[in-house]
Amino acid sequence: MAPTTQIPRNQWYVAAYGDEIGASLFARTICGEPVMFFRDAGGTVSALADRCVHRRFPLSKSNRDGDKIVCGYHGFTYDKTGACVAVPGQTRIPRTARVKPYPVHEQDSLVWIWIGDAEPSPVSSIPRAPWLAADGGYTTLRALAPLKARHSLLLDNLMDLSHETYLHGGYIGTPEVAETPITTEVDEEAGIIRVSRHMDDAECPPFYAKSTGIDGRITRWQDIEYFPPCLYTLHSRIAPAGVLPPASGPDSDAFHVEITYALTPETETSTHDFWMVSRDFGHGDAGMDSFFSQMQAEVVQQDVDALNLLEELIAADGEAYQELSINIDTGALAARRLIKKLNEAA
Amino acid sequence: MPGTLAITWEPGSDTLLGTCHCGARHTSQDPVEAWAWLLAHPDGHGLSGSEGASE
Ligand code: FES
Ligand SMILES: [Fe+2]
Ligand SMILES: [Zn+2]
Repeated sequence: MAPTTQIPRNQWYVAAYGDEIGASLFARTICGEPVMFFRDAGGTVSALADRCVHRRFPLSKSNRDGDKIVCGYHGFTYDKTGACVAVPGQTRIPRTARVKPYPVHEQDSLVWIWIGDAEPSPVSSIPRAPWLAADGGYTTLRALAPLKARHSLLLDNLMDLSHETYLHGGYIGTPEVAETPITTEVDEEAGIIRVSRHMDDAECPPFYAKSTGIDGRITRWQDIEYFPPCLYTLHSRIAPAGVLPPASGPDSDAFHVEITYALTPETETSTHDFWMVSRDFGHGDAGMDSFFSQMQAEVVQQDVDALNLLEELIAADGEAYQELSINIDTGALAARRLIKKLNEAA
Repeated sequence: MPGTLAITWEPGSDTLLGTCHCGARHTSQDPVEAWAWLLAHPDGHGLSGSEGASE
């Protein structure tokens, strides 16, 4: 079995939702690295390796003194850049007393962290999800599902729209799904994968008929955009049949649901499955909130259960396995290749 | 390699239609073979199952 990592390094990953990180010290393992986060007095998120250099006590179980962290075991004190500024019982601070600081960038309500030893790529290269921003005009419901399965298994799952019928018991399906071409595109320069399915004259699922007030047939578009390795978005557009987006300006005659996932490896065999569902209608409607969050939570749980099972099988059977790919795997194969490319570049 | 590679599939059908960034097209029944053909540009363009560049 190859001992090498499957996790691309020298990449930005989503570490947390912005509102998970406040004044208290917050621990999360990202790509196998234990990290401690906190929000400093100025409101900026800092991230440091979650191990004291003295005897490895977790700093996340320690205390804050303003923007300094005082180790909860013997009192080594670090500033927010990880430099040790005081040690107990002596004035000399050992030169190597420093914990690793991580580059962090917060945008669109997500906290991103740079994992790897190379210089971070510019924050402008981090993919955007403006519908998640507080002022983005969308209502978002979100959660984090712990997944005891590797990143690549979740990626396979998300890149394939066809398992809906079997794993999700036809939740989202309508008859037109089977007759609509799916186009998978790889933008080699940008390193982005797009999978789209545009149904121009489809039956309206009853829930959407009720929540949008559309009666009759609809135009239903589903466009996946995957920005390897971490951010996955599924743009869903619903409009009365024949209503297309205007050439310019807002697409205000349509209803939009954005399903966002951030797939962040926790370890080689477990993943933080961040999921968000955002809509640009029915703001303040508690019934709709609970419908969307319950439906998505249920779909995510069905995926999690299946993928946990696969990871257990890999552990029991070993990695070697001769897979068989068919047409439904077109998108997943493209995604795997881009991850492999990132791994080779890192 | 520059540009965008695409594969279109109609669920229910056995055929994948690959379109290279150069415009060449290729039909296939296997997604592994279809991506391999696209990535091999320009090798394999003009064989059976594929059409030359359309420009
Ligand atoms: S382990 Fe942190 S001060 Fe000793
Ligand atoms: Fe699923
Ligand atoms: Zn070509």
